[in-house]
Amino acid sequence: MRYASSIAALVALAALPFALGNEYYVNLASQVLIAAIFAMSLNLLVGYGGMTSLGHAAYLGVGAYATAWLTLRLGLGPLGAGAAALAITTLMAGFYGVLALRASGLGFLMITLALGQILWGLAYRWVGVTGGDNGLSGLARPAPLGIDITGARPFYFFALAVFAVAFALVALFVRSPFGASLQGARDQPRRMRALGYNVWMIRWITFVLAGFWGAVAGVLYVYYNNFISPHALSLTQSAEVLLMVIAGGAATLTGPVVGAALVVVMKNVVSAYVERWTLLLGVVFVLIVMFLPDGLVPGVQRLYSRWRTRP
Amino acid sequence: MTALALRGLRKSFGGLPATDDVTLEIARGERRLIIGPNGAGKTTLFNLISGDLEPDAGSVLLFGEEVAHLRPDQRAQRGLARTYQIITLFPKSTLVENIVLALMGLSPLRWHCWHGLAGRRDLYDQARNVLERVGLAQLAARRVADVSYGEKRRVEIAMALAQQPRLLLLDEPLAGLSAEERRTVQDLLEAIPRDISIVMIEHDMDTALAFAEKITVLHYGKVIVEGDRAHVVAHPRTREVYLGA
Repeated sequence: MRYASSIAALVALAALPFALGNEYYVNLASQVLIAAIFAMSLNLLVGYGGMTSLGHAAYLGVGAYATAWLTLRLGLGPLGAGAAALAITTLMAGFYGVLALRASGLGFLMITLALGQILWGLAYRWVGVTGGDNGLSGLARPAPLGIDITGARPFYFFALAVFAVAFALVALFVRSPFGASLQGARDQPRRMRALGYNVWMIRWITFVLAGFWGAVAGVLYVYYNNFISPHALSLTQSAEVLLMVIAGGAATLTGPVVGAALVVVMKNVVSAYVERWTLLLGVVFVLIVMFLPDGLVPGVQRLYSRWRTRP
Repeated sequence: MTALALRGLRKSFGGLPATDDVTLEIARGERRLIIGPNGAGKTTLFNLISGDLEPDAGSVLLFGEEVAHLRPDQRAQRGLARTYQIITLFPKSTLVENIVLALMGLSPLRWHCWHGLAGRRDLYDQARNVLERVGLAQLAARRVADVSYGEKRRVEIAMALAQQPRLLLLDEPLAGLSAEERRTVQDLLEAIPRDISIVMIEHDMDTALAFAEKITVLHYGKVIVEGDRAHVVAHPRTREVYLGA
C-alpha cells in the first residue's frame, strides 16, 4: 500500500511536465523539487529532532558556492565538483554541529542564526573568492551519464531523480531504529540518556545528515540557476525554508514537500499578479497557524478523518 | 563485592547542600530503601548516582568502577537502570514501542539508519514478553496516553527491567497508586530476581518497609540512620526527623 502510493506519486510527478506543457511551469516544478529537498533536510532537524534552526541556508549556500567555485576556479568536472562540494559542506556541518549543539532550544536557534550570518557576511565581503555582491556566474549544467540536461524538461527529470532518492532515503531514515532514537531524544531526552542513548551524538549525526541533504539541494540549486549570489546564504532563505517545514507539517514526510510547493508557487505565480505577494504569503501563514497549527498535511489529514467519521 | 558504593558524595545548589557527605554501600542482590521527609535530598542522590547531576565532590562506584564523571548513558551501558518519580514515558507511542526503545538502548541496533524498525519482529516479541512479565501484555498495542496511572507506573518498571540491569533505582514506584494498584506493583517488585540489586526511594515509610532488608534515612542531605528495619524504626533520630514525634 505504502509502496503503491509512492509509485503512484512518482508516476504523477514524472507525467507532470507533459501536463504542464509550458517551459515556465516546468522550471517552476524543478524549483519546487529543489526547495522540497532543502525543506526535507531541515525537517530532520526541526521536525524529527526538535532542533529549530534559523541558519539552514548555510548548507544550501555553501554547497552551491563550493560547486561553482570548484568548477569555475579550479576547473573541476561537474561530478568532481559536486562530490567535493557535498564533502566540504558535510564537513562544515560536522563543525557547525559541534558549536550549535552546545545549546538547545532558543540558544540553538541563535547559534545557528549567527553561524549562518557569518557565511552570508563572508559571501558578501570575500570578493576574491565569492565574487561578492555579483556572485559567481558562468556555470554550465552538467551532463550526468552523458545526458544533456540543459533544457527545462530534462533538468526536471534530473531533479526528480535526485528528489526521489532523497525522499526514499529520508523516509527510511526516520523509520529506522536510529530515527526512533532521534524522535525519542526529541520527546524525552533525559529518559533516553537513562536508557543508554547518547543524545548528543544522535543529534550531531542528524545535524550532519541535514547538512548533507541541504548541500544536495545546493548543488541542484546552482545547476538550476547557473549562478550563485549571497542571497542563497541569507537569513531570508533560512526563514523561508523554516516556513516551508512548519507550514507543510514538521515531522511528517510529505509536509515539507507540500510546504515547498506552496512557498515556491506563491513566490513565482502570485507575484506575477499581485505586487505585494509577500503580504499574501504572510496572510496564508497566519491562516495556517490559526487553523492548522501542526501544518497543512497533518491538519488536512485530521479534517479528512473527522469528515469521514462524521455523525 | 558491592553493587554500589558512594564515598563522601556532595552536591549543593546555590550554597544549600542537597547531598552532604553521603557515604553508603549496597551489596549485590541487596534491597535498600532510602527514606526521608520531603526535601531530604533523596531524588538528588538518585540523580547523582544515575548521572543526571554531577557531584561537587566524592565518588560513585558502580560494581567497583568509578563512574562519578560518566554521562548517564554511559552508566546505563554499565548496567544501571532507573525509574522516574514523574512519569517520563512516550505518551503518543504504544506500550510495546516504549519497551522497544528500552531494549534498543543497550543494543548497537540503535545506531542503524538503513533499515526499518517495524520489521524487527524479534525485538517486538521480546518487548511483548517484558510486558507479559508485568501483566500488561493485553495492552501492548495501546498508547501510553490511553492507559491508567497505575499501568503507566508498571510500564516505567517494565522499561527498566527490559534492560536487565545489574542495579535498579526505583524513585517512589508506589507514589499516587490506589491500594489495589500498590499491591500489584509490590508483587511485581517482589518478583524481581536477586541478581538485580535494588535501591528504592519512598516517601511513605509504611508501604515500603517490608520490601527492604536495609534502610537508610536521609535528612537535609545527610545519612542520619542506617541499619535493618527494627533498628531504624526504633531509632530516636528516625522518630525525631521522620515521624515528627
